[in-house]
Amino acid sequence: MRKVFDFHGGVHPLENKHQSVRTAIADAGIPPELVIPLSQHIGAPSNPVVGVGDHVRKGQVIAEALGFVSVPKHAPSSGTILAIEERLIAHPSGHSAPCIVIATDGKDEWAPLPDTRPYESLDKAELLELIRHAGIAGMGGAGFPSAVKLSVKAGITIDTLIINGTECEPYITADDMLMRERSDRIIEGAKILHHLIAPGETVIGVEDNKPEGIAALRKAAEGSGIEIASFPTKYPSGGEKQLIEILTGKQVPSGGLPSDVGVVCQNLGSAVAIYEAVVEGKPLISRITTVTGEAVNEPQNFEVLIGTPVSYLLQKAGYEPSKNDRLIMGGPMMGVTVRDPSVPVVKTTNCLLAPTPQELPVPPPAQACIRCGMCAEACPASLLPQQLFWFAQGKEFEKLEHHNLFDCIECGACSYACPSSIPLVQYYRASKADILHQRKEQEKAEHARLRFETRQQRLEQAEADKEAKRAARKKAAEARAKSAVDDGNGEDPIQAAIARAQAKKAAQQGGGNESEQEKLEKTVVAARKRLDTASKKLEEAKVDGSDLVDALQSGVDKTRAKLDAAEKALAALGEAHAAVAPESEPTDAAQAAIQRAMAAREAEAALSPAEKAKADLEKLEQRLEKTRSKLAQSQASAGEEKVIEALTSTVQRLEQKVEAAQQALSETS
Amino acid sequence: MALMRLSSPHAHGPASTQRVMLKVLVATVPGILILTWFFGYGTLVNILFGSVIALAFEALALKLRGRPIGFYLSDLSALVTAFLLCIALPPYSPWWLIATGMASAILLAKHFYGGLGYNPFNPAMVGYVILLISFPVQMTSWAAPRGLAATPGFLESVQACFLPATFDGITMATPLDVLKQNSSLLIEDLWSQNPLFGRWGGLGWEWVNIAFLAGGLWLIQQRVFTWHAPIAMLATLTLLSALFYDGGSSASGGSPLFHLLSGATMFGAFFIITDPVSSAVSLRGRLIYGALIGALLYIIRVRGNYPDAVAFAVLIMNFAAPFIDYYTQPRTYGHSKRGEQ
Repeated sequence: MRKVFDFHGGVHPLENKHQSVRTAIADAGIPPELVIPLSQHIGAPSNPVVGVGDHVRKGQVIAEALGFVSVPKHAPSSGTILAIEERLIAHPSGHSAPCIVIATDGKDEWAPLPDTRPYESLDKAELLELIRHAGIAGMGGAGFPSAVKLSVKAGITIDTLIINGTECEPYITADDMLMRERSDRIIEGAKILHHLIAPGETVIGVEDNKPEGIAALRKAAEGSGIEIASFPTKYPSGGEKQLIEILTGKQVPSGGLPSDVGVVCQNLGSAVAIYEAVVEGKPLISRITTVTGEAVNEPQNFEVLIGTPVSYLLQKAGYEPSKNDRLIMGGPMMGVTVRDPSVPVVKTTNCLLAPTPQELPVPPPAQACIRCGMCAEACPASLLPQQLFWFAQGKEFEKLEHHNLFDCIECGACSYACPSSIPLVQYYRASKADILHQRKEQEKAEHARLRFETRQQRLEQAEADKEAKRAARKKAAEARAKSAVDDGNGEDPIQAAIARAQAKKAAQQGGGNESEQEKLEKTVVAARKRLDTASKKLEEAKVDGSDLVDALQSGVDKTRAKLDAAEKALAALGEAHAAVAPESEPTDAAQAAIQRAMAAREAEAALSPAEKAKADLEKLEQRLEKTRSKLAQSQASAGEEKVIEALTSTVQRLEQKVEAAQQALSETS
Repeated sequence: MALMRLSSPHAHGPASTQRVMLKVLVATVPGILILTWFFGYGTLVNILFGSVIALAFEALALKLRGRPIGFYLSDLSALVTAFLLCIALPPYSPWWLIATGMASAILLAKHFYGGLGYNPFNPAMVGYVILLISFPVQMTSWAAPRGLAATPGFLESVQACFLPATFDGITMATPLDVLKQNSSLLIEDLWSQNPLFGRWGGLGWEWVNIAFLAGGLWLIQQRVFTWHAPIAMLATLTLLSALFYDGGSSASGGSPLFHLLSGATMFGAFFIITDPVSSAVSLRGRLIYGALIGALLYIIRVRGNYPDAVAFAVLIMNFAAPFIDYYTQPRTYGHSKRGEQ
C-alpha cells in the first residue's frame, strides 16, 4: 500500500453521490441543434474553418487552434452549419461568446478517421500532436489544453504521473461511472500517458468513497504496473495541488508548476479521451456528464455530445423546472450558476445540478465575522481567510497580497465552514480581479512614464549636443580671432565675422536649392543610420524575447517611413531642380500663393451649377453642425443667456440658409 | 421558478453563529449549577437580571445605530456576554452594579467599537474591570460557601439584587485572598487551620472549576474552539506554580493544583480567553496568547495587588492579539517560509 499524506484543512460536505449511480451511463442522443463555443478552456479561442451552410460530418474539424495554448474543435455530429454567431454560454457573468451552431441531420455520419499506429511506435512529438489535434483539454477543472500540460520542458525528470480520479465535489459521479464501466480505457489511456511522459511511476488517485470504481480499476490495472491509490474522502482532495500533496507529500511551489516537484497531473476523463484519440483516432466530441439534484426525476450520467443544449439534457433526465430555482453547471462547491438553460454543454461540463430550494437553500444574510477561525481550519492552502476578508473589505490590496491571496484556489471550503455565512470566496474573487486590474493600470502607467522619460532624455541630449557644438564653435572663433590678432594682421575679428556671414548669405542666395538638397541628403544619411541601429536592436530584442519588441518594431517602421519620405523629397527636389534650372527664375512665395488662389477660383468656376450648389450646401451644413455643437456646449455648461440667444438665432439663420441651398440644389439638378 | 445567479459555493455547512453562541451558553450550565449549590441563588439572579438588561442595551444600541434589531439580537452574542459577566460578578450583586457592568460591556466595549466582531477587547472583561476599579468593596466581597454559612433562599436573593440596603448576607474572603495575605503559615498549616480550603483548592471553588472544565471540554469536542489557547494557559499556570511552589513554605505561591482549581482559572481558560473576536486567530498564535495569559495570571495573582487576575491578563493580551497574529501567519501552501514567497 502506498503511503498517503494529508493536506491542511478541508471540509466534509454531504456527498449526495448515490442518487446518480443507480443506472448505467445513458446515451443522451443527438439534439436538433449543437452549439460549440470557440473558446471552452483557458487560452486562445479557435478559428472557424467552415462557413454557414456547409455540410459537416461527425469528427470533422470546424475550428482550428490559434496559438500554442489552444485546441481545435470538431463537429460532434453530422449536419449543416446554421450560424457562426454570439450565443449565451455558461460563464459566471452570464455573457455570450462566439459559437458555431450546427443543425444536426440525425445521420451521425462520421468523417473518415485517420489511420492509427500503435502508440509504442510514436515518439513524443507525434503523440502530443495527436492529442492536440483531437481537441483534448482538461475535463475536470479549468480545461487547460492537455497537450500543453503534457509538454514537459526538456531536462526535467518526472517522478510521478498522477491520473486524477478523485472527484471530490459532492453530487458528481461522472468519473466514478467511467471507472465502473470503462476502466480498461482508463488504464490504456494511462499506459499511453506513461509512454509519453516516461515517469518513475504512474498512479491513479481515487477517494475512498468510490469502492466499486477502485475495484474495477485495480482489476483492469493488473500487471500493467499502474498503481491505484485510494485515500480518505475530504473536499477538496481533487484539487491538483492537494492531490499532489496527498500522493507525494510534496507541495507545488507558489506560482510554479507540478513539474517543479517532478509531477504531471491529468484528469481521468482526459486519459480516456487520449486513449480514444490515439488508438481509435477519434477527436473529443462527447463526454460523461452527471445530471442530478432533486429537481430531476431520474438523476443519472449521460454520454453527451459537446454542444448539446443544457435544456435538452435536463429534459432527458426528467427535469421539473417548477421545483428548481438554481441551475448549476459543475458541483455545489465550485459550480457556476446558469440562468438560461439554452447554454451548451462544453468539454469541462462534468455535472448539471438542479437542486430544489430545500436541498441547497439560499444562504441567509451574512452576519458579523466573529473571527472564530473555522475558515482558517478549513482552508486547504493554509491561508487566513478571515484576515483576507477584513483586508478585502477595506480594499487593502498590499496586505491581501502579503497574506497570499493569490494562493487561494477558490475551493469554497471557507465559505462552507463559516458560521456567519459570509460569502468569503466572492470577496476574494472580486479582490483578485481588482488587484489584477490595478496591476495592469500600473504597467500602463509605468510604460508611459518610461516613454516620457526616454523622450525627455533624448531632447535634453540633443540640447546638450547643440550647446556643446555652439561652445566649440565659440572657442574656435575666439582662438581664430586671437591668432589673427597675434599674427599682427590687426584685423578686427568682428568685422571678419560679419564679412564671413555676408559671404555665406550670398552663397546661399546664389545656390539655395543646392543647400536644401544638401540638407535633405544629410537627413537621408542620418535616417539610414538610425534605421540600421533600430533594426539591430529589434533583432536583439527578438532574440531575447523582450517585451519591447512591439515598441521597437513600431520605431523601425516610423524611421523607415521617414527615410522613405526624405528620399522621395530628395528625388522630387532633384526633378524640380532639373525642371526649374533652364529658366532659373526664383519663384516668389507671394506670387505662388496668388497663382494658387487664381487656380482655385478657376476650378470653382469650372464647376457645374449643381456641383456648386452641392458644395455650398455642404459648407453650410458643416457650419450649422459646428454652431449647433457650440450651442449644446454652452447650454450644457449653463453659459450666458446672451451667448445662447445669439447662438440660437445663428442656428436658425443657418437652418434657413441650408433650406434655401437645398432648394437651389433641387432646382439645379 | 426563475433561475438565480449566485456565486459558488452553493452548499453551506451546518455551523451558524447562533448555534455557536447557544453551545457556549449550554456549556456554562454545569458551572452555574455548582456555583448555585455552593453559594446560593445569587449568581442565578445575577444572570436573570443581567440577561434582561444586556438584551435591552443591545436593542437600544442597535436602534441608535440603525441596525435591524431582531436580526442581530438573534445571534445571542449579548446573552453570552451577560452570562459571562454575571458569572464573574459576586453573587448577590445589587442591580445597579449589574446594570453599570452591562452598560460598560455592551455599549462601551462592544457597540462603541462597531458591534459584534469589531470589539478589540472582551466585553465581559471590560465590564468586570470597570466595576472592579470603580466599586472595589462590592466587587471583592464573595458569599460564604455552603457549609460555612447558611445560603440565602431565592426570594432573599432577589431582594439582595433589587433592595440591596435591606440585604445582609455573609461574605468572606476567597481562598486566593487568604493565600495572598498569608505570610507566616506553611501551606500545610494554612490548609488545616482555615476552613475555606477544600481538598485541592478552595472549598466549593474546586467543584466550580471542575464544572467549568467539563463544559469547556464539551465545547472543544463540539469544535466550538480549539484546545490551543486553554491548554497553553493551563500548562503555563501549572509550570509557573510548580516552579515557585517552594516546597509549601510560607512564601509559597500555592500548589499547581490549587491554582488550577481556584478562582476563575477554568472559567477563564475555557470561556473568556477563547472569545474568538478578541483573541489571536492562528493556531500558533493561540498557543502564545494562551501561554502569556497563563503567565500574567500567575504573576498578578502572586505578586500583584488583586487576588485574581483573569480579567486583567485577558485585557492585556487582547492588546497583543493583532501583533501575535501578524507574526504567526501559517505557512501558505507552496511557500517555503511563513509570510514569504
